[in-house]
Amino acid sequence: MSIFQSLIRKEVLHLLRDFRTITVVLVMPVVLLLLFGFAISTEVNNIKVVAVVEQHTDETKQIIDRFRNNSYFTFEGIVPYHEVESILRKGRADAAIVFRTEDGKLSHQIIVDASNTNLALTSTTYLESVICSATGIPVVTNTLYNPQLKSAYNFVPGIMGMIFILICAMMTSVSIVSEKETGTMNLLLVSPVRPWTIIFGKLVPYFLLSCIILILVLVLSYTVLGLPFSFSVINVIWVTILYVILALALGLLISTIASTQVSALLVSGVMFMIPVVLLSGMIFPVENMPLALQWLSCIIPARWYISAMRVLMVQQLPIGYVLTEILVLSGMTLAVLVLAIKKFNAKK
Amino acid sequence: MKNAIDIQGLTKRYGKLVALDHVSLSISEGSLFGLIGPDGAGKTTLYQILTTLLSPDEGSATVMGLDVVKDYRKLRTEIGYMPEKFSLYPDLTVDENLHFFASLFGVNVKDNFDLIAPIFDQLQKFPNRRAGALSGGMKQKLALGCALIHRPKVLLLDEPTTGVDAVSRSEFWGMLATLREKGITILVSTSYMDEAERCERIALINKGRILDVDTPGRLIEGLDKNLYNASSKDMYPLLETLRTLPDVKDCYTFGATLHVVTNDDFNPDDAICKLRQEGLEDARIWPAKGNIEDLFIKLAKDDG
Repeated sequence: MSIFQSLIRKEVLHLLRDFRTITVVLVMPVVLLLLFGFAISTEVNNIKVVAVVEQHTDETKQIIDRFRNNSYFTFEGIVPYHEVESILRKGRADAAIVFRTEDGKLSHQIIVDASNTNLALTSTTYLESVICSATGIPVVTNTLYNPQLKSAYNFVPGIMGMIFILICAMMTSVSIVSEKETGTMNLLLVSPVRPWTIIFGKLVPYFLLSCIILILVLVLSYTVLGLPFSFSVINVIWVTILYVILALALGLLISTIASTQVSALLVSGVMFMIPVVLLSGMIFPVENMPLALQWLSCIIPARWYISAMRVLMVQQLPIGYVLTEILVLSGMTLAVLVLAIKKFNAKK
Repeated sequence: MKNAIDIQGLTKRYGKLVALDHVSLSISEGSLFGLIGPDGAGKTTLYQILTTLLSPDEGSATVMGLDVVKDYRKLRTEIGYMPEKFSLYPDLTVDENLHFFASLFGVNVKDNFDLIAPIFDQLQKFPNRRAGALSGGMKQKLALGCALIHRPKVLLLDEPTTGVDAVSRSEFWGMLATLREKGITILVSTSYMDEAERCERIALINKGRILDVDTPGRLIEGLDKNLYNASSKDMYPLLETLRTLPDVKDCYTFGATLHVVTNDDFNPDDAICKLRQEGLEDARIWPAKGNIEDLFIKLAKDDG
């Protein structure tokens, strides 16, 4: 057996023997995907609506019928104006619509319980679109790429961005640092094996593990979560592999800085987990951030990866549309790799 | 005889701390050489330089004629290193560990098993046990086996017997003697003074400096003349009083008695008289046979 093969074999044995880690690594992506895909959805269903009608006309009747038939709303009935406030307070309704007729012209007011801002914003938009379409000024909204506004579409790229950085960066750094901690790294270094071989012996198994996770995530996204399948999946795989290499290089860099497993975990947690969740655009759109944070988000690899994934997975555009992202990611990979190898080779 | 290890003016600093201070040392081929010193004396640093893990700030060192800085790659195949801490993979089995280290050096376990067979006598009974589940003595044997599997010419053992029971320790030293007979040069460090006496030659090291190098026997010889045992029912007053006597250079607890280091003018009978005057009626003083520990205390004291 060659040196490289036995290094990889050893690493695989470590992984297989560490039952807890391997379970977490394989179960976490699945749970996250399903959780974000189903449980945590930003779609709003069953908005409870009441109406106040000053003067019943055909028009108001028509609008109210629309609310009755719309699956996003539950129509709770017509109430007098002075009761609206107490109904909203008691939570019997989420929104109230007030119809006034002045000089034969219908005007309306939407009163909405904004204790949950997201819910209030979304329901206002829904209500307006229903009223507008009924009042005859047709606004044709055409939501491209995600016609049903499924939140899974939004979250799959984000979760992929998080999972790969967590697994690759965290696990490689912890596994290298643990060898430093137990002293086995010294034994590897005093053997005639070149440092390069040792590094690759560490990176390749985690790269293979990431590929397995990638397959798992893609299968889940295209089957259970119902993302539209097309040949752009090849591009998704290429870009993800680039991202995985970047994450592995980051893990290597951390392992040269951290001296204990705990600090490696903390560094990768603080350096990756928090920025990825908050600044990558996974949950909060980058465009809405203050300018300083937008600049900061530029150095977060996940931001570029996630935006590329949105283009490739959801919009299914050809790879030419994500050239910027690919260039940035490649540049980052190169820089981190050079830095990591320089630090790794530095003699104490 | 050729020297297996040659160290010239080796210096290593960590910031202000001088871990090794111009250390020079020669170890002849095929010898069992002991490096004796307290914790923090610089032993581990010296090992790390010899194993090419650290580069020295000043001075040079060669192992089997190979420079630790220039020829480090070739040198690595010639040495077997066993670090102070148990450093094998606890989640791999005995066999897996051995095969892994063999493959690192590109050798076959079968070809070289004869060398480690005496060490692996007991371990062979459970090749599939995880290394982490072995007893201290067994772990140490496995580590020694892994360090030897590529037939190194020089074996560097950094405190190999720390945390191992007395029986295993004695067994381990027996193995080292066997390996030496096969022509392997062994440099072993220890803070157990009784082990020092099993080496052919020893170097005493403290605060990064070599204090003395000789055979254990000859190093002790110089001590015997002015070394005495002292005992009494009340040991502490005895210690205090002895230290006030003009001819006593040093006095320290040694097992159940006190060891008294004196100058040439010391007369035990006079001393007993003085002690009796001080109320220590049962005080006794008789000549002592020195060992490495006394030597070390003396040298460390002289060194300041």
